[in-house]
Amino acid sequence: MILGLEYGFMRHALLAGSAIAVLSAAVGYFITLRRQAFAAHALSHVGFTGAAGAILLGLSPYLGLFAFTLASGALLALAGGRLRQRDIGIGMVLMFALGLGVLFLNLYTANAQSAMSILFGSIVGITGDQAALSLAVCVAGLCGLAVLYRPLCFASFNPEGAQARGVNIRRLDLLFILLVAATVAVAVPVIGALLIFALLIGPAAAAQALSRSVAGGIGLSMGIGLAITWTGLAAAYAIGYPASTWIASLSFALYLLAHGWRRWREGRTSM
Amino acid sequence: MSDSPTAVNQTGHWAIEAHGLRCVLGQRVVLDGLDLRIGAGQFVGVFGANGAGKTTLLRALLGLQPLQSGSLLLLGRNGVLQRTAVGYVSQRDPVAADSVVRVRSYVATAWQGERWGLGLRQRAQRAQAVEAALRAVDAADLSERSMDGLSGGQRQRVRIAQALVNPVRMLLLDEPLSNLDPQAQQRILHTARKLCREQGITVLMTAHDINPLLPHMDQVLYLAAGKGRLGTVDAVVNGPALTELYGLPMAVARDGGYVFIHPAGGFMPEDAAHCGHDHTVGGGA
Repeated sequence: MILGLEYGFMRHALLAGSAIAVLSAAVGYFITLRRQAFAAHALSHVGFTGAAGAILLGLSPYLGLFAFTLASGALLALAGGRLRQRDIGIGMVLMFALGLGVLFLNLYTANAQSAMSILFGSIVGITGDQAALSLAVCVAGLCGLAVLYRPLCFASFNPEGAQARGVNIRRLDLLFILLVAATVAVAVPVIGALLIFALLIGPAAAAQALSRSVAGGIGLSMGIGLAITWTGLAAAYAIGYPASTWIASLSFALYLLAHGWRRWREGRTSM
Repeated sequence: MSDSPTAVNQTGHWAIEAHGLRCVLGQRVVLDGLDLRIGAGQFVGVFGANGAGKTTLLRALLGLQPLQSGSLLLLGRNGVLQRTAVGYVSQRDPVAADSVVRVRSYVATAWQGERWGLGLRQRAQRAQAVEAALRAVDAADLSERSMDGLSGGQRQRVRIAQALVNPVRMLLLDEPLSNLDPQAQQRILHTARKLCREQGITVLMTAHDINPLLPHMDQVLYLAAGKGRLGTVDAVVNGPALTELYGLPMAVARDGGYVFIHPAGGFMPEDAAHCGHDHTVGGGA
């Protein structure tokens, strides 16, 4: 069996990886559409600090992840468009969070391995409980996205038009960023805070270059996310090297291919 | 303030009836007791200098801009209740609208876009509404194109189609002609006029240059110093009316079918009215 599914850790990795790939790809489509990639990046690093703090206090890293990502997501949304869309404001929050993260690591020197696994992910170290939590958050997140779907599409393309028809833009922004925060919180232990773009942005950015409809783009993004996760796991099992490295490399390669194809096609049609 | 000659619509009320609109942005009073009565199915051009309150007025009509005082009825009812009957095309879209997404997908996002959920059951209705909206702006041929491949004029027509995809009775267009060549401008204007005539939609269009709109619009709304003057081109665009509005001597020159609005006097020294003080060299200031 190529994936080594006779081992529990591979089954957990496959389940958690698939759930996170699907949710990240769907949420990521809107992140790239709305140009909020930097906010998502910052949330993952804030999540790292939360996890490090929770480990320091002897709590589950997930507790710190959710607390920190949801709180800073709410903070970014409540600060309004001024901070949320401005790189400087997000960068300052990110900087402060990482400063705290360093402190937590410094105070907790006993286990450097746990810090490494938050930064770079440990997809094959996922427990059954973690896999179940990932799946639950995936289902809840997709349901949440389905509820927000129409106003989110409308407001992403034409915020003023949406507002004019009665969409509460600030509330929508808050709900969406909380969805991003929850996605990041479950994705960080699996793919790693530093590699979150591999599943959150790479598949969505590739799909956006290829698909000419919104729903089709989200579907394609989810397909790409699943494909690179499975291929990455299979390659790590069969060939070796960390699964995170495989997934990140595949994500990058597909992103390049998609954009190369788009440019080639544009070049042809403009002649 | 002059009343519209075509007056009220069939149900006996004005499309827009506003009294004493006052709006303050920061420290600046943008609208200061503006009164408006616009009949249904009118094509009104909205003009004024930068900062005169053109965009603020449109946003106030939509309920997006809080008013300090004044009353506002749209289509005979409270403005907030009626805003789903008003289509709005803002000055620009975010970068998301410049993607490979198809024109018809972009237009479709606005159809009942304020409602929660996926809207899977209404697919046929949505497709029909999108097709009708694109036809209404003569953009049916653009339906399968990508948003990022459109020219400025095509994009503007597609954005108007998006504002029309829900059933609306009023259309507020904020600077739809800016950065377009004269031909594309004329297409937008013909489209707007057709919507007025054929569907009875009331159109308010802001613009910097009054000239392209001259043959198309029914009325002019000229904004200055927080006040506005509404009427036909001849009634509003003349020296005395604009002088009163600006509180400065203004003049209107007409030449070859164009109008030019400028401060009375002019900048050429030989034509300027004498400014009153001594012009001897070295006389000090």
